[in-house]
Amino acid sequence: MTEAEGLSVKLRWLFLRASLQCAAFCTVLALCGPAANSQGQDRAPQYFQSDIQYGAQIFTSQCTSCHGENGDLIPGVNFRAGQFKRVISDNDLRATITTGVPGTAMQPFTFGASELTGIVSYLRNMGSFNARGMMMGNASRGHALFEGAGNCAGCHAVNGKGPRVAPDLGDIGALRTAELIHRTLIDPAGSMLPANRPVHAVTRDGKTINGRRLNEDTYTVQLIDEQEHLVSLTKADLREYTVLKSTSMPSYKDKFSAQELADLEAYLLSLRGVK
Amino acid sequence: MNYLGRASWLLFLVSLVPSSLCAQVTSERLLHANDEPQNWLTYSGSYASQRYSALQQISATNVKNLELKWVFQAQSLQKFESTPLVVDGVMYLTQSPNDVVALDAKSGRVFWLYHYAPSPAARPCCGIVNRGVAILGDTLFMATVDAHLVAIDAKNGHALWNVKLAEAAAGYAMTMAPLVVKDKVIVGVAGGEFGVRGFIAAFEASTGKEAWRFDTIPKPGEPGHESWRDRDWEHGSAAVWVTGSYDPDLNLTYWGTGNPGPDWNPEQRPGDNLYSDSAVALDPDTGKLKWYFQFTPGDPYDYDSVQIPVLANADWNGSPRKLMFWGNRNGFFYVLDRATGKFLAGRPFVKVNWASGLDANGRPILTPQPPGAPTFPGIQGGTNWYSPSYSPRTGLFYLSTWENYATIFSGVNADYHEGQRYTGGANTSPIPGADNPVGQRQGPVNTYTEELARGAVVALNPETGKPAWKFDMHDVNTSGILTTASDLLFVGGREGYFQSLDAKTGTLLWKQNLGGEIIAGPISYLVDGKQYVSIASGNGLFTFALRE
Repeated sequence: MTEAEGLSVKLRWLFLRASLQCAAFCTVLALCGPAANSQGQDRAPQYFQSDIQYGAQIFTSQCTSCHGENGDLIPGVNFRAGQFKRVISDNDLRATITTGVPGTAMQPFTFGASELTGIVSYLRNMGSFNARGMMMGNASRGHALFEGAGNCAGCHAVNGKGPRVAPDLGDIGALRTAELIHRTLIDPAGSMLPANRPVHAVTRDGKTINGRRLNEDTYTVQLIDEQEHLVSLTKADLREYTVLKSTSMPSYKDKFSAQELADLEAYLLSLRGVK
Repeated sequence: MNYLGRASWLLFLVSLVPSSLCAQVTSERLLHANDEPQNWLTYSGSYASQRYSALQQISATNVKNLELKWVFQAQSLQKFESTPLVVDGVMYLTQSPNDVVALDAKSGRVFWLYHYAPSPAARPCCGIVNRGVAILGDTLFMATVDAHLVAIDAKNGHALWNVKLAEAAAGYAMTMAPLVVKDKVIVGVAGGEFGVRGFIAAFEASTGKEAWRFDTIPKPGEPGHESWRDRDWEHGSAAVWVTGSYDPDLNLTYWGTGNPGPDWNPEQRPGDNLYSDSAVALDPDTGKLKWYFQFTPGDPYDYDSVQIPVLANADWNGSPRKLMFWGNRNGFFYVLDRATGKFLAGRPFVKVNWASGLDANGRPILTPQPPGAPTFPGIQGGTNWYSPSYSPRTGLFYLSTWENYATIFSGVNADYHEGQRYTGGANTSPIPGADNPVGQRQGPVNTYTEELARGAVVALNPETGKPAWKFDMHDVNTSGILTTASDLLFVGGREGYFQSLDAKTGTLLWKQNLGGEIIAGPISYLVDGKQYVSIASGNGLFTFALRE
């Protein structure tokens, strides 16, 4: 058994590429890790343009009535200047937003992780952010691209409507940050998570199994095959086992305009699961 | 087993009974814990901390017949890091946050449960965990997450005394199993991410009165203080959170100390920062420092030297010597002379790039990586606090490792605020989008699979530092290790498999999926002629023995 880039078996995978072309999109998206996984550890703040833009949109709709467009209406608080009353770290900022400030008009907000990442990214970069350059996405137009020119719906379901070979994207907007979604559309291979890599296995009795990896340990691998079967294989029973690092998902960098990308991202961010 | 084997085995069992059955656990019994392998009397099995059992009923030929005998389900969803004690058929186990449970070691049925409610001010950095109790006489001793030491009647679970060591609200906590030496109970404090000043302290077992305290950071005027600038030492951490070892002949107790604070910003604390990331040898009667050896001076990587000091008497360059084996979080395996602390040898056991090697005195030859570049090993280390094992039969040192694992470190200035995290920077994964693992995955799906790191059990030849064999795992290995006189090795891992390997070759002999991360050390004991092996996995303690 090997685990390799798989260049030598590319030909064998041509047929799979076709069926998994869009699957890889959400293979990448759906397992890009929690949007805001601090694990209680302090970490260097790192902010991305997509998150800042997403946060700016949320801020405009949710926060300006009290804080003002410039974030300086509350005495002692000036977001553009980086002035806060209680906040030191980004975790403090998240906590203040989600728990509110008792005795003040600052109510607790029930934002998802990707929204919180967006707001925090925006608040930390408000001083240098240029709203004029912001590309506002339109989720309705993005929906049309998802089902039309992007051919995403050919591989991905949304809340059960569509094929299962690729992950269901019905809650992708709650799971992933704007930046991760953007990065995935631009560079799907570079963003693909190891767990979601395509695998190819041949059993000792010669049966070939291709699919998308769901989980793996020392002795076994779990996958969903091309027929949408959940399959668990014992490695000791395999004659051949290959994990591919390449992805069949196309990059949308040149396929879509900046506006179309923003629209598609806006649609994906709007998918927040079944309530 | 042939007839002679059976006969000698029975003779051995019979010889054990009169001296131990229902007797109190005297300090004499603790000294000779190896002589009663039916019991597991200290956290690491004996004062030498080899986590080695002389039992051999379960062997390479019959280990495939192991079956589950009973399960204890903890009433907690915290990490289950506890090693039980077993005393004459009774098991003493802790469950989070600070409960002690006495069980029938044959059936898992509970005799009593002692519940301790720690202060809500407790803020251990990395989980509300406890790793076990110590025993002397009929009294159990438990260190709590709010930095208290509690004595409990082993017969009825009634608290006998309770002393507070430090302020939980300031970040002090205790998660280790105490070590009893003679008439004293020795513990150390955690809190290395909160800018505490670490210490090891001893208490009279009968009263709880503090006998001595060794500060792991010397104050002005004390030797070693010159390794700190100005007042940096006041919040320099050097916490202590796993159990030490003891050599009765040398009358020295050995402990590992943690990272200096703030963790990742050495510019705030220039110097070697003694006695952080060190092994310290103390007189157990007075707490006086006999010697120290610092593994990672001025550490910027959180390379706690909070590992179990493993003591062995073995030949070194052809002569018998009192040795100490240390698989360090910094990726190097060390051999020290435990009488003097002299460095004898050291060699990386995983990929290391923060140092090119060790000089003649064991000091690392630094090769710091450029900003933004990955450092090997990463923040969780090449290994961590997971108990290693040493088998005097094979002469090999067994270690759970994280292979090919890196972190990007960056330091920023940290202001000290009592009780708040004082880490001074960040640790991030070089894998885009991946979280840097902090010890426990949040769910059963191995999302990042092989990309972040892999686990292994490595069997090192102490004389060469080279592996005799390596057993690779797909996920990282967070488990302690047990070896036995039948040359079996038991180990878990984050995947939740409990495995038995041939200690001589690393060949897999048996495995069982227990369904939850194994982040504790296995033990073995014997009741009514039957050998058992126990391990905590997920939220349960699982106990195996041979099929009838």
